[in-house]
Amino acid sequence: MKTLNQQFRQLRKMSMKKPKKELTTEQKINRRNFISFTAFAVLAGGAYEGWRWLYKSPEEAAGITGGARKPLRRALNKTELVFRRLFSNNHLVKTYPKSMAAKKVRVNSDIGIEAEKKFDPATWKLQVVKKAGDILQVSLDELKSLPKTEIVYDFKCVEGWDQVQHWAGVKFSDFIAHYKLDDLAKMQYVGMETPDKGYYVGIDMPSAMHPQTLLAYEVNDKSLPLNHGAPLRLIVPVKYGIKNLKRIGTISFSNSRPRDYWAEQGYDYYSGL
Amino acid sequence: MRWCHWVNFPILTIMIWSGMLIYWANDEYSVTLFGHTFFRFFPDWFYNTLKIPHRLSEGMAFHFLFMWFFTLNGIIYILYTLISGEWRELAPKRNSFKEAWLVLLHDLHIRKTAPPQNKYNAAQRIAYTAIILMGIGSVITGLAIYKPVQFYYLTWLCGGYHFARVLHFALTLGYVFFFVIHVVQVFIAGWNNFRSVISGFEIVNENPKPAVQTAKKNEHEEA
Repeated sequence: MKTLNQQFRQLRKMSMKKPKKELTTEQKINRRNFISFTAFAVLAGGAYEGWRWLYKSPEEAAGITGGARKPLRRALNKTELVFRRLFSNNHLVKTYPKSMAAKKVRVNSDIGIEAEKKFDPATWKLQVVKKAGDILQVSLDELKSLPKTEIVYDFKCVEGWDQVQHWAGVKFSDFIAHYKLDDLAKMQYVGMETPDKGYYVGIDMPSAMHPQTLLAYEVNDKSLPLNHGAPLRLIVPVKYGIKNLKRIGTISFSNSRPRDYWAEQGYDYYSGL
Repeated sequence: MRWCHWVNFPILTIMIWSGMLIYWANDEYSVTLFGHTFFRFFPDWFYNTLKIPHRLSEGMAFHFLFMWFFTLNGIIYILYTLISGEWRELAPKRNSFKEAWLVLLHDLHIRKTAPPQNKYNAAQRIAYTAIILMGIGSVITGLAIYKPVQFYYLTWLCGGYHFARVLHFALTLGYVFFFVIHVVQVFIAGWNNFRSVISGFEIVNENPKPAVQTAKKNEHEEA
């Protein structure tokens, strides 16, 4: 009670325009304490309210991205810009000797390539949309006639696991050069979708043209099995696994973000490593 | 710098919470000795009580926003401590490790007297400096697993992607351990001490006339 009275007196003193007497040391002490605790309480309340605002902030409108709180999506997109500035194709993903590659390569998802769906790899052809109505079709044999690139690297999943895996196929940049798609590759994004359109990803062009990005048709020196995306899948080591689309049906190019399966469900669109 | 301390508290809480939302998606760590698993991080009841499961994307979004604040606050704190010279009160001295043992014995009521101290005793110097280093460690290991390609040198420094994740996790456990001891000690130290951490009162660091204030207060206490 005593301190309250003192604080009250101090408050009165503070409200006077010209305090005539110097405050005693004890008064100064109490005054400072009072101010400090008030400020602390106000700031703590403010922080709590700020958190509540963020936590209860509305979900973004479903579009190319979705499923995240509006301010958090904004933060993800801003953070992407920061790290895209740092991105360099000179930064290669660490590679390992073949002996370290996992014999049993983890299968984590079958979205878009579900086993019950009818799919015949023999009749498959890669569809490259050059422009509306102008589609380039490429067979697996044609792809295999291009220079083959192998990579043994640490595949990383957003879930937190990683595994050293051995993939082989055509470097995406070789593919672009061979089919003279350079003009299309000047656009900002590549979009890829499974033949059934059930899974789809968008990759920023620098990551797609990264020297370790592959259109892969082999794993551990053998043709891809169906559950790893036969006959052709994307291996993009500078991205999390969610961007490594299995069973590529179509490839297209655009200057705006192509639709992306997991970005629609609250994940970062960029998902770069 | 007490502002940084209080700003850090909610940020670190959010970082640990969102970190757990992420960890749940691949909770592979456990304490295993001689083939026997003593403890698995974390039991199901723990996850369910805290509503952790199936919130990976949410956890990542929060984690990758508040990492900025955590880092920024840490940088401000370190710069301030270095420039103001307050690090002298904080950094362990040559005899601190020996003295810290005596402080520990004293605090456990094994020994009656504690070594003389200034602002912080030897054990505090070590603990508080360690927590800052841990904070730096969390940022470095965090970057090593967040952008292992762009910051490949950090990942290398942390012993690879996989090990960096283990370190990042272990540091978080370290915070929780620190927090428990810290709070117990704050209770023991009493109200006056706690008040000073809010008001900056015992050791004035944001006051225009710190020397005068401190001196006067001491007089008052002695009177």
